[in-house]
Amino acid sequence: MSVDTAPRQTAPAPAPKARASRTGSGMVGASQGSRWWLYLVLVVALVAVIAPFVWMVLGSFKGEGELRQVPPTWLPQHASLDNYTQLFSKLNFGQFFTNSIVVAVVVTAGNLVFCSMLGYALAMLDFKGKKVIFVAVMGTLMIPGVVTFVPLFVLVANAGLIDTIPGLFLPFLVSPFGVFLMRQFILGLPRDLLDAGRVDGAGELRIFFRIILPLCGPALATLGILTFLGSWNNFLWPLVVAQSEDRYTLPVALALYSTGQNSTNYGLLLAGATVVIIPILVVFLIFQKRFIEGIATTGLK
Amino acid sequence: MTTVQTGTTGARRRDDSSRRREGRAAWILAIPFCLLFLAFTAWPVIQSLFMSITDTKARDLRHPFSVNVIGLDNFAKALSDPIFRQAAGNTAYFVLVGMPLTLVVALAAAVALDKGIARFRAIFRLGFYMPVITSIVAVAVVWRFLLQDPGGLINTALGWVGITGPNWLGDPSWSMPSLILMATWRNFGTAMIIFLAGLQAVPAELHEAAAIDGAGAWKRFRHVTMPLLRPTLLFVMVTTAIGYLQFFEEPFVMTKGGPLNSTISLSMYTYQQFGFGNYGLASAMSYLIFVVIAIVTAIQFRLLRERT
Repeated sequence: MSVDTAPRQTAPAPAPKARASRTGSGMVGASQGSRWWLYLVLVVALVAVIAPFVWMVLGSFKGEGELRQVPPTWLPQHASLDNYTQLFSKLNFGQFFTNSIVVAVVVTAGNLVFCSMLGYALAMLDFKGKKVIFVAVMGTLMIPGVVTFVPLFVLVANAGLIDTIPGLFLPFLVSPFGVFLMRQFILGLPRDLLDAGRVDGAGELRIFFRIILPLCGPALATLGILTFLGSWNNFLWPLVVAQSEDRYTLPVALALYSTGQNSTNYGLLLAGATVVIIPILVVFLIFQKRFIEGIATTGLK
Repeated sequence: MTTVQTGTTGARRRDDSSRRREGRAAWILAIPFCLLFLAFTAWPVIQSLFMSITDTKARDLRHPFSVNVIGLDNFAKALSDPIFRQAAGNTAYFVLVGMPLTLVVALAAAVALDKGIARFRAIFRLGFYMPVITSIVAVAVVWRFLLQDPGGLINTALGWVGITGPNWLGDPSWSMPSLILMATWRNFGTAMIIFLAGLQAVPAELHEAAAIDGAGAWKRFRHVTMPLLRPTLLFVMVTTAIGYLQFFEEPFVMTKGGPLNSTISLSMYTYQQFGFGNYGLASAMSYLIFVVIAIVTAIQFRLLRERT
């Protein structure tokens, strides 16, 4: 559980060996203009991939009766915001939304600060115990969350943190993956920076916070986005820790409503799914380049 | 270790006190991480192994020293439990069908985007990747409606072309294919992005040379692209398998493991045992999942090393 900030995390991908320039490889892509059929296939595939989202958003504006209609409608006949008003007035989704945001922000901040600090120490500094830390942290990179799940629950329970917000975020404040990412990035920075800082008389910590950290923008952005996403979608841990409604995160609330007594209230569930998905989609569309670069270089989703 | 100079600039005269300063600063930077890591990762990993050989139950929470060591009984109990076996079978089904399907779809999409088209590449890439970032719980809720029978969008669409769709989630022989279909839809984007990066590393000159030698598109793909893509392929295979080995949210939301336990997964059954308060047994089950994951990972490293 504590291992992965993003569920189903994976290890670093083998880096592409050579980035061959491939613009104007005329011979290979000679018939590109005439491949209309491929565009057709891709467009059909794209529609199929996107359709569930479109149907979800449109469905969230429909009434119960219309959602049960056979055959199903595509566009809402009488669009209304009733499902959303119910969601936020009757079901307290505002609270769940706030919880999700608070947990994701704290988890992201923790990972950015703590992982970059250790990543820098491992990449550029010499100290006793460095090797031990490195081996221990990297050794847990591949351990799945399910392994630590039960003892983690016992630990958090004994600390009296079940059904509290800190109980939701504490186990995720650091991640081996974050250290790996930051260390790799900082290894690529010139060591001269360190020496220059020392010559100028800057203290060791000052060198990190004032010289190194500002240069880590791209790595911090990648780590931040992936961590936020992982936390926002995280399900198993909040499912067991959040026991009263006030502590639910969005996925927990949605899952419990969809399997509990509201399981037949289709409009409400579709509106709930929309509230879970749309904010992260917006974040994704804004930062999509960074997202996709992050995936391509790390293999993490 | 502390005496080794790792600097590349050379000519760095550093006295003991500056080295001590460096060591102290490093530890100040490392300590917050290390404390959290010890508490929430390292300790639970060890504790989990210990719990798996004890009869820890939920009521032992307050009295951690009252538990009994029972050796490998939990493991034996898990392995002889018919539902655990069924969960293992279901998980194997999910991985062995879902992983190749995800890879084939992802590779087809990646090749089409890499070589096939000249325009709108970014839009397709973005669209295909979109499901990956969404909450599995939320998409499972949506897919439950899409797969409904009758009246679901999928069976309605099949009806247009004259096919009577099955009762996807209600029929034990269709429930798992339904979950695999959804998992493929949600996950192929990641594999596609990694494949695209791999394909871009294949030098265009090789393709041109092969084309001059008269190799057709399929032959070039088979004999030029595929061998160079092998490490990437292997990596994606293993990471996808590891992810699928832990599938949990899909059956939790869509089928509750049913009908007739046809979709109960290892993670979900472990979670259920945890829910019943059987902490020792649940730990043993989680370690069994971990062992399978470790084996899959080891095979990957083995295969990768053979190549390079």
